[in-house]
Amino acid sequence: MTDQAQAEPVRYMERTRRYYRALGYDNDYVWARFDEVPFARLGKPLREATIALITTAGPPGGTNRNSRGRKEVWSGAVASPPESYDTDLAWDKEATHVDDRETFLPIDAARRCAADGLIAGLTPRFHGAATDYSQRKTLEHDAPELLRRLREDGADGALITAL
Amino acid sequence: MSLVARHLEANGIPTVVIGSARDIVEHCGVPRFLFSDFPLGNPCGHPWQRDMQADIVGLALGLLETAEAPRTTHCSPYEWPNDPDWRQRYNRVTPEDRERLLAIGDARRVSRGQAPRWTEPIAAG
Repeated sequence: MTDQAQAEPVRYMERTRRYYRALGYDNDYVWARFDEVPFARLGKPLREATIALITTAGPPGGTNRNSRGRKEVWSGAVASPPESYDTDLAWDKEATHVDDRETFLPIDAARRCAADGLIAGLTPRFHGAATDYSQRKTLEHDAPELLRRLREDGADGALITAL
Repeated sequence: MSLVARHLEANGIPTVVIGSARDIVEHCGVPRFLFSDFPLGNPCGHPWQRDMQADIVGLALGLLETAEAPRTTHCSPYEWPNDPDWRQRYNRVTPEDRERLLAIGDARRVSRGQAPRWTEPIAAG
């Protein structure tokens, strides 16, 4: 059994600031913060909704990198997802592994929810949202591109999971 | 991830995030969040635990329908099994790590074409 102190969620911002200062970096990363949060309601019952999955993992071989090495939005077929992923991100390599795709891109779990009648189903494509140091790139380039793709796929809602 | 959720939501597509960095997601502010208190990398459940994964995903999807307002956070009921100390290890910094971490930082800077900041200390005497 864990005690109360251990059960407190990890303070990742504080932990990350201390770590990068220890690596010799002077300027702390400034995480995005907003006072206002948008909110949209489902336009139909959940059981009739088609859901898009979005993950932060990359495609095998890092093929979503452009000529300057920047990661771009990518998509894959839900019916035939890749067997491996670009998992070169900040995850807890001491505590776990990412060999099981379902832990960060839960296609089978969502399909099970569809089979159980919780949702109507998944869009034909899942999508990859590259995490980027530049919030501006995410806001001005990646997020609008994901919106375009979700509209193209007829998504009623999105489940977003971070690697 | 949180920025993407916000953009989709602002354009009429409801979203729910499953994540393990509660402080970062809530600092940004998202419409719906299922907090999974697991190590970074496995927000949707312990590897290979199919029943747990389906349950966590189902809980998150349910928020698409039941959340009444933005900044709705629900917590996954699952605990990370067999390793109660995992929270203490991620990116830990201890005094004895100083030189090792500075060397890691320099390797990172050099790989990015930047100048290293640290050199081997000169032995006294």
